[in-house]
Amino acid sequence: MPELLVAKDLRAYYRTGLSGWIRAVDGVSLSLNEGEILGVAGESGCGKSTLAMVLASVARWPLCVKGGTMHVDGRSVPLSGGLKGDGSHRGTVVSLMPQGAMNSLNPTQRVRDFVFDVLRSHDPHVARAETLDRARERLEKLHLPARVLDAYPHQLSGGMKQRVVAVISTLLDPRVLIADEPTSALDVGAQRALLALMVELLEQRIIGSIVLVTHELPILRNVAQRTMIMYAGQLCETGPTEEVIFAPAHPYTKALMQATLVLESATKRQRIEGLEGGPPDLSQPPGGCRFHPRCRYALEACSQSVPPTVVPSAGHDAVCWWLAQATPPPTAAASDGAAEP
Amino acid sequence: MLVRVRFLRTAIHSGRFNTSLVLVVLVVLFALLGPVIVGHDPNAVVGSMNASPASHPPLGTDNFGRDELTLLMYGTRTSLEIGAIAGLVAVLIGVVVGTLAGFYGGVVEEALMGATNVLITIPAIVVLILLSVALGSRSAVTMGLIIGVTSWPWTARAVAAQTSSLRTREHIDIARLSGASGFGIIVRDVIPYILSYLGMAFTLQLATAVLTEAALSLLGLGPTNTISLGILLQWSLLWEAVRQGVWWTFIPPTFFLSVVSFGLLLLNSSLDEIYNPRLQGGGGSGA
Amino acid sequence: MSANGQSPLLRCAAITRVFGQGARAVRAVDDVSLTMQRGEIASIVGESGSGKSTLARVVLRLLQPSAGAVYFDGRDVTRLRGFARRREYWSHVQAVFQDPFGSFNQFYPVRYVLRSALRLEDSALPRREREARMAVALENVGLDPASVLDQLPHELSGGQRQRVMIARAVMVQPDLLIADEPTTMIDASSRANILNVLLDLNRDRRLTILFITHDISLATYVSDTLFIMQHGKLVESGPVERVTRTPEHDYTRQLFADTFSLHGEAWHAAGGGAA
Repeated sequence: MPELLVAKDLRAYYRTGLSGWIRAVDGVSLSLNEGEILGVAGESGCGKSTLAMVLASVARWPLCVKGGTMHVDGRSVPLSGGLKGDGSHRGTVVSLMPQGAMNSLNPTQRVRDFVFDVLRSHDPHVARAETLDRARERLEKLHLPARVLDAYPHQLSGGMKQRVVAVISTLLDPRVLIADEPTSALDVGAQRALLALMVELLEQRIIGSIVLVTHELPILRNVAQRTMIMYAGQLCETGPTEEVIFAPAHPYTKALMQATLVLESATKRQRIEGLEGGPPDLSQPPGGCRFHPRCRYALEACSQSVPPTVVPSAGHDAVCWWLAQATPPPTAAASDGAAEP
Repeated sequence: MLVRVRFLRTAIHSGRFNTSLVLVVLVVLFALLGPVIVGHDPNAVVGSMNASPASHPPLGTDNFGRDELTLLMYGTRTSLEIGAIAGLVAVLIGVVVGTLAGFYGGVVEEALMGATNVLITIPAIVVLILLSVALGSRSAVTMGLIIGVTSWPWTARAVAAQTSSLRTREHIDIARLSGASGFGIIVRDVIPYILSYLGMAFTLQLATAVLTEAALSLLGLGPTNTISLGILLQWSLLWEAVRQGVWWTFIPPTFFLSVVSFGLLLLNSSLDEIYNPRLQGGGGSGA
Repeated sequence: MSANGQSPLLRCAAITRVFGQGARAVRAVDDVSLTMQRGEIASIVGESGSGKSTLARVVLRLLQPSAGAVYFDGRDVTRLRGFARRREYWSHVQAVFQDPFGSFNQFYPVRYVLRSALRLEDSALPRREREARMAVALENVGLDPASVLDQLPHELSGGQRQRVMIARAVMVQPDLLIADEPTTMIDASSRANILNVLLDLNRDRRLTILFITHDISLATYVSDTLFIMQHGKLVESGPVERVTRTPEHDYTRQLFADTFSLHGEAWHAAGGGAA
């Protein structure tokens, strides 16, 4: 099956001061399949939100897209955002639900007016009645009450607002929905409802696939088929979520997994250790592997050159020197994951 | 401090800020250095009455034969002086009333804001007229004081609103938990956060005060025995300058009044623009 | 209830707090009673609107209850008249709040916030001793005093800021620490570090800690006792093992069911195109 979205070697930097660049996304490639949820996880500052903006073609000064290509359904999609150029693909091919989207609803406008604005920005001649019909139909299809259209944002709960935003972001039937931390301000019940809505959007084929950006690994474990782990603007590891979580190959992923608080730890009373230190300064990232200053398996090669991509099992790859010298060469029977430390 | 550096960087790039700053600085220099450079006594008769700029450069003489340019310099200086005193008084009273009302809330807020609202509804010009009439002779400082004392309600309301919203912030709770007194919290944890706002309030109050002084002077209730822009205008009115076509006695003061208020208002709006998308260093949440 | 005949350190008796009046009145906290023993770690778990933060502020005496009483170490502290009495209370009860950046006065360096906490103690310390205490407090939370004391808040990371806040809170050796969502604004991978700092303080100094959180995974990791709040009411309380294994109230069961976990069966991971 051909891939729905293919992005190669994306680079996007933020301009600082007169001549500096913060290399927020530095050579990220990814691919998305139809009907799939791809999780993008990492700490604050790893570049996942920037990646979301680049994929949705909404990058704006001081964020500049420095390189990379993206194809959706085989057709090339322009990455540079801004007001010039053809913006017709935004929202219709790839749609972004940015962080804190539910707070961006205009408090003085009813939801239905917002819907009208969104649809009108893509088709200036659309009639208001038509936009309402489309919205109502979509809400019904997704088992949400149509009365939300007549409400003001403050009359809706946080969870309902976020779901409304999700519906509006997909009204134009984009092929890909990128959700940046959609669950962060929500209670657990509302989180579940929102994720159920997103799954419903996929199952009803309203959208083709979802990129879910979050730092909460338990959420990805439960909804994402594949997950990529980002660190300091680059990819560390990509693979099926089950494998990335339960058989992590990259040292950073291993540390992340060990640092995650889970319900089960109460019964075992194990002490959980978080990651020490912090992400590097992206205006002057460390040479070689960007994680090496915090990595307990760091080798000499790690500070000197960019690590190779290692494939511990089919569909699962990681970028790491330590892994490269520990993993048996690909001719051997490969699929038993990374070697133990 | 980094905040200041960031401010300067954004400020320098703002066209509005640069223009308005230049305007204001030029006017201030004109008012302060001018008299020093030119060195006349403004009241000295230097030429014939109502001599035009053609015969008596650069700006002619008024109906008493005094040099118009010198009069303008001294006038601008006095007007700015009055404006500055008024601005200072208004901001000081406004800050005290506003922070107390905004920080303590409850009864204190109701009482103070109630009084403030009542004062706002009384037309300041009426009060000023009455005060000016009551005070037989008025110096520039007195003018500044009375204008300041009638214009603080605006600043007080704005400061109360700002303080009210700051009151719920966590650093205030932390200060309380560290045993800081109410006064201490206001001085150390509230005022630094509204300083930029107070700066803007001062510029606005200054601009309005200059115009208020001009209005009062036109009514004959301005500072006595001094020269201000308003008084220059009053004289030109009294001596029928318009009818006689003696434009150099009323156009220059009007021009300077406009430049002063425009410059200050533009400065105020550019400062607002600079302070408002304020990036707080709140990113990054690693251990 | 006292396990070994000791009187509880903290006792909330029928605390109620109402906001607004008449028809619009909201009972943010509704008749909540709980106790905490010295050295215990408890968590109040609830979603937004459950009243947990309001209850925390009542216990901190930053807010008056509309009804009910707060007893600390046997004394009724519900009505603390006078500045001196409140300061005395705060030398025993301190807090760490949710927003590491917002908790600081952004214009002053770290030294300032630590120094102000020392004001709670009656005797003014000579400068050298002050510096020593601030340094020790920072070391106890895993920070290097030399590299942190003169920094401005925005120059530190979120985790560092929160550690400074913890140092500030425990510098006066309080008996009870209220931690209101202390890690919500910290990256998931660094949360454990902050929690471990608090757990170590509990272990080494018998610091009693009351966590306020919406994250039941966090609550079960750190606590001995759980209090579950919903709509202002305390719906369930008990030792963490009992509540986790056999929750009695429907809401508690719902909370556990809704929380995503790393283990167990994935809720929706099937389907979707071939890899």
